[in-house]
Amino acid sequence: MSRRRRGEVAEGDELPSLHVRVTRADLVRYAGASGDFNPIHWNERAAREVGLPGVIGHGMLTMALGSRLVTTWAGDPGALVDYSVRFTRPVVVPDDAEGALVEFSGKVRRIDDGTAVVAITARCAAQSVLGQATATVALA
Amino acid sequence: MALDPSFVGRCYPVAGTYQVSREKIREFAEAIGDDDEIYRDPSVARACGYSDVIAPPTFAFILVLRAQQALLRDPELGADYRRMVHGNQSFRHHRPIHAGDVLAAALHVDSVRTMGGNDLLTVRCEIADSAGDPVTTARSTLVVRHPAAEQDR
Repeated sequence: MSRRRRGEVAEGDELPSLHVRVTRADLVRYAGASGDFNPIHWNERAAREVGLPGVIGHGMLTMALGSRLVTTWAGDPGALVDYSVRFTRPVVVPDDAEGALVEFSGKVRRIDDGTAVVAITARCAAQSVLGQATATVALA
Repeated sequence: MALDPSFVGRCYPVAGTYQVSREKIREFAEAIGDDDEIYRDPSVARACGYSDVIAPPTFAFILVLRAQQALLRDPELGADYRRMVHGNQSFRHHRPIHAGDVLAAALHVDSVRTMGGNDLLTVRCEIADSAGDPVTTARSTLVVRHPAAEQDR
Protein backbone atom coordinates (compact mmCIF):
# COMPACT_ATOMS: atom_id res chain seq x y z
CA MET A 1 0.00 0.00 0.00
CA SER A 2 1.16 3.52 -0.61
CA ARG A 3 0.13 6.90 0.60
CA ARG A 4 -2.90 8.52 -1.05
CA ARG A 5 -1.93 11.26 -3.49
CA ARG A 6 -3.08 14.86 -3.63
CA GLY A 7 -4.88 14.52 -6.95
CA GLU A 8 -6.82 11.49 -5.68
CA VAL A 9 -8.68 13.32 -2.93
CA ALA A 10 -11.42 15.94 -3.14
CA GLU A 11 -13.45 17.83 -0.60
CA GLY A 12 -16.65 15.93 0.16
CA ASP A 13 -15.17 12.48 -0.59
CA GLU A 14 -16.65 9.81 1.66
CA LEU A 15 -14.42 7.16 3.21
CA PRO A 16 -15.49 3.51 3.06
CA SER A 17 -17.44 2.93 6.28
CA LEU A 18 -16.27 0.56 9.00
CA HIS A 19 -18.57 -1.51 11.22
CA VAL A 20 -17.01 -3.18 14.24
CA ARG A 21 -18.56 -5.45 16.84
CA VAL A 22 -17.00 -4.93 20.25
CA THR A 23 -17.43 -7.75 22.76
CA ARG A 24 -16.34 -8.14 26.38
CA ALA A 25 -13.48 -10.33 25.14
CA ASP A 26 -12.30 -7.45 22.93
CA LEU A 27 -12.27 -5.16 25.96
CA VAL A 28 -10.14 -7.61 27.94
CA ARG A 29 -7.73 -7.93 25.03
CA TYR A 30 -7.52 -4.15 24.61
CA ALA A 31 -6.99 -3.71 28.37
CA GLY A 32 -4.00 -6.02 28.21
CA ALA A 33 -2.52 -4.46 25.08
CA SER A 34 -2.98 -0.86 26.23
CA GLY A 35 -2.32 -1.21 29.94
CA ASP A 36 -5.67 0.37 30.83
CA PHE A 37 -7.04 -1.97 33.46
CA ASN A 38 -9.76 0.31 34.80
CA PRO A 39 -12.37 -2.23 36.06
CA ILE A 40 -15.31 -0.30 34.54
CA HIS A 41 -14.16 -1.86 31.25
CA TRP A 42 -14.46 -5.47 32.42
CA ASN A 43 -16.31 -5.64 35.73
CA GLU A 44 -20.07 -5.07 35.87
CA ARG A 45 -20.06 -4.35 39.60
CA ALA A 46 -17.33 -1.72 39.31
CA ALA A 47 -19.15 -0.04 36.41
CA ARG A 48 -22.46 0.15 38.27
CA GLU A 49 -20.78 1.45 41.42
CA VAL A 50 -19.79 4.61 39.55
CA GLY A 51 -23.25 5.06 38.05
CA LEU A 52 -22.73 3.46 34.62
CA PRO A 53 -25.44 1.24 33.12
CA GLY A 54 -22.93 -1.59 32.73
CA VAL A 55 -19.45 -2.38 31.45
CA ILE A 56 -18.36 0.23 28.90
CA GLY A 57 -15.71 0.09 26.22
CA HIS A 58 -12.47 2.04 26.52
CA GLY A 59 -12.89 5.43 24.86
CA MET A 60 -9.39 4.88 23.53
CA LEU A 61 -10.52 1.64 21.85
CA THR A 62 -13.29 3.55 20.06
CA MET A 63 -10.70 6.16 19.06
CA ALA A 64 -8.37 3.43 17.79
CA LEU A 65 -11.15 1.83 15.74
CA GLY A 66 -11.87 5.26 14.27
CA SER A 67 -8.22 5.54 13.28
CA ARG A 68 -8.58 2.32 11.28
CA LEU A 69 -11.22 3.97 9.13
CA VAL A 70 -8.72 6.68 8.23
CA THR A 71 -5.48 4.70 7.97
CA THR A 72 -7.06 2.09 5.67
CA TRP A 73 -8.21 4.88 3.37
CA ALA A 74 -4.93 6.82 3.66
CA GLY A 75 -2.90 3.80 2.52
CA ASP A 76 -0.12 4.53 5.02
CA PRO A 77 -0.91 4.78 8.77
CA GLY A 78 2.11 7.05 9.14
CA ALA A 79 0.24 9.65 7.07
CA LEU A 80 -2.16 10.31 9.96
CA VAL A 81 -0.37 13.29 11.51
CA ASP A 82 -3.10 14.69 13.75
CA TYR A 83 -6.10 12.99 15.31
CA SER A 84 -8.49 14.33 17.93
CA VAL A 85 -11.81 13.22 19.38
CA ARG A 86 -14.27 14.09 22.10
CA PHE A 87 -15.81 11.19 23.98
CA THR A 88 -19.50 12.10 24.05
CA ARG A 89 -21.22 8.88 25.16
CA PRO A 90 -19.97 5.58 26.50
CA VAL A 91 -20.20 2.42 24.40
CA VAL A 92 -22.09 0.01 26.65
CA VAL A 93 -20.92 -3.53 25.91
CA PRO A 94 -23.40 -6.25 26.93
CA ASP A 95 -22.25 -9.60 28.27
CA ASP A 96 -23.21 -11.62 25.21
CA ALA A 97 -21.71 -12.92 21.98
CA GLU A 98 -22.89 -9.98 19.85
CA GLY A 99 -21.45 -7.19 21.98
CA ALA A 100 -21.94 -3.62 20.77
CA LEU A 101 -21.93 -2.60 17.12
CA VAL A 102 -20.00 0.62 16.45
CA GLU A 103 -20.35 2.19 13.01
CA PHE A 104 -17.74 4.59 11.68
CA SER A 105 -17.97 6.85 8.68
CA GLY A 106 -15.81 9.70 7.44
CA LYS A 107 -15.84 12.53 4.98
CA VAL A 108 -13.11 14.80 3.62
CA ARG A 109 -13.95 18.21 5.01
CA ARG A 110 -11.19 20.13 3.27
CA ILE A 111 -7.86 19.88 1.50
CA ASP A 112 -5.28 22.06 3.09
CA ASP A 113 -1.65 22.52 2.13
CA GLY A 114 -0.99 18.90 1.16
CA THR A 115 -3.22 17.41 3.83
CA ALA A 116 -6.76 16.08 3.87
CA VAL A 117 -8.84 16.91 6.94
CA VAL A 118 -11.32 14.10 7.59
CA ALA A 119 -14.40 14.42 9.82
CA ILE A 120 -15.28 11.10 11.46
CA THR A 121 -18.58 9.99 12.92
CA ALA A 122 -18.97 7.04 15.26
CA ARG A 123 -22.36 5.69 16.23
CA CYS A 124 -23.50 2.97 18.58
CA ALA A 125 -27.13 2.08 19.38
CA ALA A 126 -28.30 4.98 17.17
CA GLN A 127 -26.31 7.53 19.13
CA SER A 128 -23.10 9.37 18.41
CA VAL A 129 -20.24 8.22 20.66
CA LEU A 130 -17.49 10.53 19.35
CA GLY A 131 -17.77 14.27 18.83
CA GLN A 132 -15.60 16.59 16.80
CA ALA A 133 -13.57 13.60 15.64
CA THR A 134 -11.06 14.90 13.11
CA ALA A 135 -8.05 13.35 11.44
CA THR A 136 -5.44 15.14 9.37
CA VAL A 137 -3.81 12.99 6.69
CA ALA A 138 -0.63 14.00 4.90
CA LEU A 139 -1.00 13.33 1.18
CA ALA A 140 1.78 12.21 -1.13
CA MET B 1 -13.18 18.53 46.63
CA ALA B 2 -12.00 20.76 43.79
CA LEU B 3 -8.67 20.06 42.14
CA ASP B 4 -5.74 22.16 43.27
CA PRO B 5 -5.24 24.91 40.61
CA SER B 6 -1.65 25.39 41.69
CA PHE B 7 -0.87 22.22 39.70
CA VAL B 8 -1.06 24.21 36.43
CA GLY B 9 2.38 24.45 34.87
CA ARG B 10 3.76 21.45 36.68
CA CYS B 11 5.72 18.88 34.71
CA TYR B 12 6.03 15.20 35.59
CA PRO B 13 8.82 13.46 33.68
CA VAL B 14 8.24 9.70 33.58
CA ALA B 15 11.13 7.75 35.10
CA GLY B 16 12.97 5.54 32.63
CA THR B 17 12.32 4.99 28.95
CA TYR B 18 9.92 2.88 26.88
CA GLN B 19 11.43 0.51 24.34
CA VAL B 20 9.03 -0.05 21.45
CA SER B 21 9.08 -3.67 20.25
CA ARG B 22 7.69 -5.35 17.15
CA GLU B 23 5.78 -7.72 19.41
CA LYS B 24 4.04 -4.95 21.35
CA ILE B 25 3.04 -3.21 18.13
CA ARG B 26 1.63 -6.48 16.77
CA GLU B 27 -0.24 -7.11 20.05
CA PHE B 28 -1.73 -3.60 19.97
CA ALA B 29 -2.73 -3.91 16.29
CA GLU B 30 -4.46 -7.22 17.05
CA ALA B 31 -6.30 -5.67 20.01
CA ILE B 32 -7.77 -3.00 17.74
CA GLY B 33 -8.56 -5.55 15.02
CA ASP B 34 -6.23 -3.99 12.47
CA ASP B 35 -4.65 -6.50 10.06
CA ASP B 36 -2.46 -3.98 8.19
CA GLU B 37 0.87 -5.69 7.50
CA ILE B 38 2.76 -2.44 8.06
CA TYR B 39 2.30 -3.19 11.80
CA ARG B 40 3.75 -6.71 11.44
CA ASP B 41 6.07 -7.11 8.49
CA PRO B 42 9.27 -5.03 8.47
CA SER B 43 9.64 -5.46 4.70
CA VAL B 44 6.20 -3.88 4.15
CA ALA B 45 7.15 -1.00 6.44
CA ARG B 46 10.50 -0.53 4.62
CA ALA B 47 8.68 -0.40 1.29
CA CYS B 48 6.78 2.59 2.72
CA GLY B 49 10.03 4.26 3.73
CA TYR B 50 10.16 3.34 7.42
CA SER B 51 13.10 1.72 9.17
CA ASP B 52 10.90 -0.90 10.88
CA VAL B 53 7.25 -1.68 11.58
CA ILE B 54 5.34 1.42 12.66
CA ALA B 55 2.78 1.70 15.44
CA PRO B 56 -0.93 2.48 15.00
CA PRO B 57 -1.80 6.15 15.61
CA THR B 58 -3.15 5.67 19.14
CA PHE B 59 -0.37 3.32 20.31
CA ALA B 60 1.24 6.34 21.97
CA PHE B 61 -1.51 6.27 24.58
CA ILE B 62 0.36 3.43 26.29
CA LEU B 63 2.96 6.01 27.25
CA VAL B 64 0.39 8.72 27.93
CA LEU B 65 -1.46 6.51 30.40
CA ARG B 66 1.72 5.70 32.29
CA ALA B 67 2.52 9.38 32.49
CA GLN B 68 -0.98 10.28 33.68
CA GLN B 69 -1.14 7.64 36.37
CA ALA B 70 1.65 9.20 38.38
CA LEU B 71 -0.16 12.54 38.40
CA LEU B 72 -3.63 11.16 39.09
CA ARG B 73 -2.40 9.14 42.03
CA ASP B 74 -0.76 12.18 43.58
CA PRO B 75 -2.95 12.70 46.68
CA GLU B 76 -2.14 16.42 46.68
CA LEU B 77 -4.02 16.88 43.40
CA GLY B 78 -7.24 15.66 45.00
CA ALA B 79 -8.47 13.63 41.99
CA ASP B 80 -10.65 10.60 42.65
CA TYR B 81 -9.44 8.22 39.95
CA ARG B 82 -12.71 6.25 40.07
CA ARG B 83 -14.72 9.37 39.20
CA MET B 84 -12.50 10.33 36.29
CA VAL B 85 -13.84 10.29 32.75
CA HIS B 86 -11.83 10.80 29.59
CA GLY B 87 -13.31 13.90 27.90
CA ASN B 88 -11.08 14.65 24.89
CA GLN B 89 -7.98 13.17 23.36
CA SER B 90 -5.71 14.37 20.60
CA PHE B 91 -2.44 13.21 19.08
CA ARG B 92 -0.06 15.22 16.98
CA HIS B 93 2.52 12.90 15.48
CA HIS B 94 5.74 14.64 14.55
CA ARG B 95 6.73 11.30 13.05
CA PRO B 96 5.34 7.75 13.35
CA ILE B 97 6.51 5.63 16.27
CA HIS B 98 8.35 2.53 15.07
CA ALA B 99 9.85 -0.61 16.53
CA GLY B 100 13.26 0.09 18.02
CA ASP B 101 12.32 3.51 19.32
CA VAL B 102 13.43 4.28 22.86
CA LEU B 103 10.96 6.87 24.04
CA ALA B 104 10.82 9.24 26.98
CA ALA B 105 7.62 10.94 28.15
CA ALA B 106 6.85 13.96 30.31
CA LEU B 107 3.42 15.09 31.42
CA HIS B 108 2.57 18.79 31.63
CA VAL B 109 -0.48 20.13 33.47
CA ASP B 110 -1.88 22.80 31.11
CA SER B 111 -5.09 23.77 32.87
CA VAL B 112 -7.33 23.03 35.82
CA ARG B 113 -10.83 24.49 35.79
CA THR B 114 -14.33 23.86 37.03
CA MET B 115 -17.22 23.60 34.60
CA GLY B 116 -20.79 22.54 35.33
CA GLY B 117 -19.82 21.43 38.80
CA ASN B 118 -17.12 19.10 37.47
CA ASP B 119 -13.37 19.57 37.42
CA LEU B 120 -11.63 19.63 34.05
CA LEU B 121 -7.97 18.78 33.94
CA THR B 122 -6.05 19.32 30.70
CA VAL B 123 -2.73 17.55 30.42
CA ARG B 124 -0.18 17.30 27.62
CA CYS B 125 2.20 14.40 27.21
CA GLU B 126 5.34 15.14 25.24
CA ILE B 127 7.01 12.04 23.84
CA ALA B 128 10.54 12.26 22.50
CA ASP B 129 13.06 9.78 21.11
CA SER B 130 16.54 8.98 22.41
CA ALA B 131 17.99 11.87 20.38
CA GLY B 132 15.59 14.22 22.17
CA ASP B 133 13.60 14.86 19.00
CA PRO B 134 9.82 15.22 19.41
CA VAL B 135 7.78 12.19 18.34
CA THR B 136 4.24 12.77 19.61
CA THR B 137 2.35 15.46 21.50
CA ALA B 138 -0.77 14.03 23.13
CA ARG B 139 -3.37 16.22 24.83
CA SER B 140 -6.03 14.84 27.14
CA THR B 141 -8.94 16.46 28.94
CA LEU B 142 -9.92 14.51 32.03
CA VAL B 143 -13.22 15.20 33.75
CA VAL B 144 -13.57 14.54 37.45
CA ARG B 145 -17.27 14.15 38.14
CA HIS B 146 -18.39 15.50 41.47
CA PRO B 147 -20.84 13.38 43.47
CA ALA B 148 -22.94 16.53 44.06
CA ALA B 149 -23.13 17.24 40.32
CA GLU B 150 -24.43 13.70 39.73
CA GLN B 151 -27.24 14.21 42.25
CA ASP B 152 -28.32 17.39 40.47
CA ARG B 153 -29.02 15.56 37.23
